[in-house]
Amino acid sequence: MPTRRFLLFAATLLTAFPAFAQGTVPVVASFSILGDLVQEVGGDRVTVTTLVGPDGDAHVYQPTPQDAKAVAGAHVVVVNGLTFEGWMDRLIQSAEYKGPVVVASAGVAARTFDDDAASSGQSGTDNEHGTDPHAWQNVANAKLYVANIEAGLSAADPDGAEVYRANAAAYEAKLDTLEADVKAAVASLPENRREIVTSHDAFGYFGAAYGMVFKAPEGLSTDSEASAAGVAALITQIRTDHIPAVFIENISDPRLLEQIVSETDAKVGGTLYSDALSPAAGPAGTYIAMMRNNIAELTAALGR
Amino acid sequence: MMALIQPFAEFAFMQRALLGCIAISLGATPVGVFLMLRRMSLTGDAMAHAILPGAAVGFLVSGLSLGAMTVGGIVAGLTVALLTGFVSRVTVLREDASLAAFYLISLALGVLIVSLRGSNVDLMHVLFGTVLALDDPALTLLCAITTVTLLTLAAIYRPLVLECVDPQFLASVSRWSAPVHFIFLSLVVLNLVAGFQALGTLMAVGIMILPAAAARFWARGIAGMIAVAVCVAAASSFAGLLASYHFGLPSGPTIILATGTAYLASMCFGPVGSLVVRYWPRTHLDA
Repeated sequence: MPTRRFLLFAATLLTAFPAFAQGTVPVVASFSILGDLVQEVGGDRVTVTTLVGPDGDAHVYQPTPQDAKAVAGAHVVVVNGLTFEGWMDRLIQSAEYKGPVVVASAGVAARTFDDDAASSGQSGTDNEHGTDPHAWQNVANAKLYVANIEAGLSAADPDGAEVYRANAAAYEAKLDTLEADVKAAVASLPENRREIVTSHDAFGYFGAAYGMVFKAPEGLSTDSEASAAGVAALITQIRTDHIPAVFIENISDPRLLEQIVSETDAKVGGTLYSDALSPAAGPAGTYIAMMRNNIAELTAALGR
Repeated sequence: MMALIQPFAEFAFMQRALLGCIAISLGATPVGVFLMLRRMSLTGDAMAHAILPGAAVGFLVSGLSLGAMTVGGIVAGLTVALLTGFVSRVTVLREDASLAAFYLISLALGVLIVSLRGSNVDLMHVLFGTVLALDDPALTLLCAITTVTLLTLAAIYRPLVLECVDPQFLASVSRWSAPVHFIFLSLVVLNLVAGFQALGTLMAVGIMILPAAAARFWARGIAGMIAVAVCVAAASSFAGLLASYHFGLPSGPTIILATGTAYLASMCFGPVGSLVVRYWPRTHLDA
């Protein structure tokens, strides 16, 4: 009897790999931005499953059984690393996934919140988390991501290595154009109008790479609740430094920012996308569209 | 002295937070006193969970809209209250058991609805509320609910007190027993919905029950208890906001912990039935 049950079990397991049966490599990416990069590199040879979908917050995500099933059936799992997805290790363990885990941010010069002079005036909540995971906000880091993903996919699927290399090269060319455009856009802003406020601290890499200062009332991660001290410090700073604009992100609470704006002369800019893409039809359906949307919103609010 | 006033003088968001908390203190704590006297303190907690699916549906339908979430929460809370009363009157199940059953169903439904939405982030902000982000419509709603609560309590005060003291007597002399009970439960739901705008669904119960429990150690009469409870709640809100401002602590939990501190101090040192009175009686001074 146990043998028959085992065979049944094995049969159901086999049916859980439909993607493999069609000849593509099943890949799981932890969140939407990473999913887009993997799709660009993998092209038609991979089937990408993204765990945290558009507009979702990967800081506080709770995995579902479908996620565990996707991870168990994957041949490659791609994560951001830098303690971004704290829930990922447990998910990989509980799904008993033994395959390769590609850490897309490997090799990135990680920023900690202690070197961030901008947040030193705020409450101490930022420092607990240490590393800033939002490395993809610097396009140069996104190129590292692409290289890591290419290496990971090639190792898992050596037959496709040529395709992956060609896709990655083509995509890196697009990233080069994007990076030049971002630099040009920031350079067009007046020197004294390069400080803004966002609802959670996700733009440290962007700011450091392109010479802007971003400040935020919540801490580094979206799961820390704002304190009155932090909000008050931010309002004081906006008033004394004459920060021209405050931006809302797609994944954070807009009401707090609206309160802050109403107490200062700053105006509300558009929506910035930091940790998640918009749905495909939205303004930030891919990584490149996201960066272009953000830079367009920034120049619209800060330019003359 | 400056440290006490300066934050409120300088920042409008602190004034709003304080105004919102005082409005909740005025409305919710009298309701909490009656809940405590009727031995229904845990009913408040159950009801706070019961409004979750309504708020979640409201959020799904029209996003972070104050109106939709408020209406949804009130409808869900009243439905659970009505069903509970109905089942306990027509079947063998007692009120506490049927309330537990319905609030658990409601809570599970709420969690299910929350998870159905792809984006999990906005609703977390809703569930945990933030007293620092009260805008004009939210403040208006809080003050309106407080006004309605106080007027309604004044209107049903006598039967409500009787219901606390001797429900059988009230039922025998008046047809008002069942309506008063239901109106009272409606007030509980209304105030929890008000509280979750500011403090979130889970913390809202704290400002309802903790000041009432503290007031029990200070006064013997119901009017006295209500007065003490409102003062405790308002003072704790003030102290909690100040602590949040000066020490960089999250505001909602800090306010509730301030009321918790007031409760613990009252339990030890209050003049009515506290630890000190019971175990270190000073008879020669009392006489």
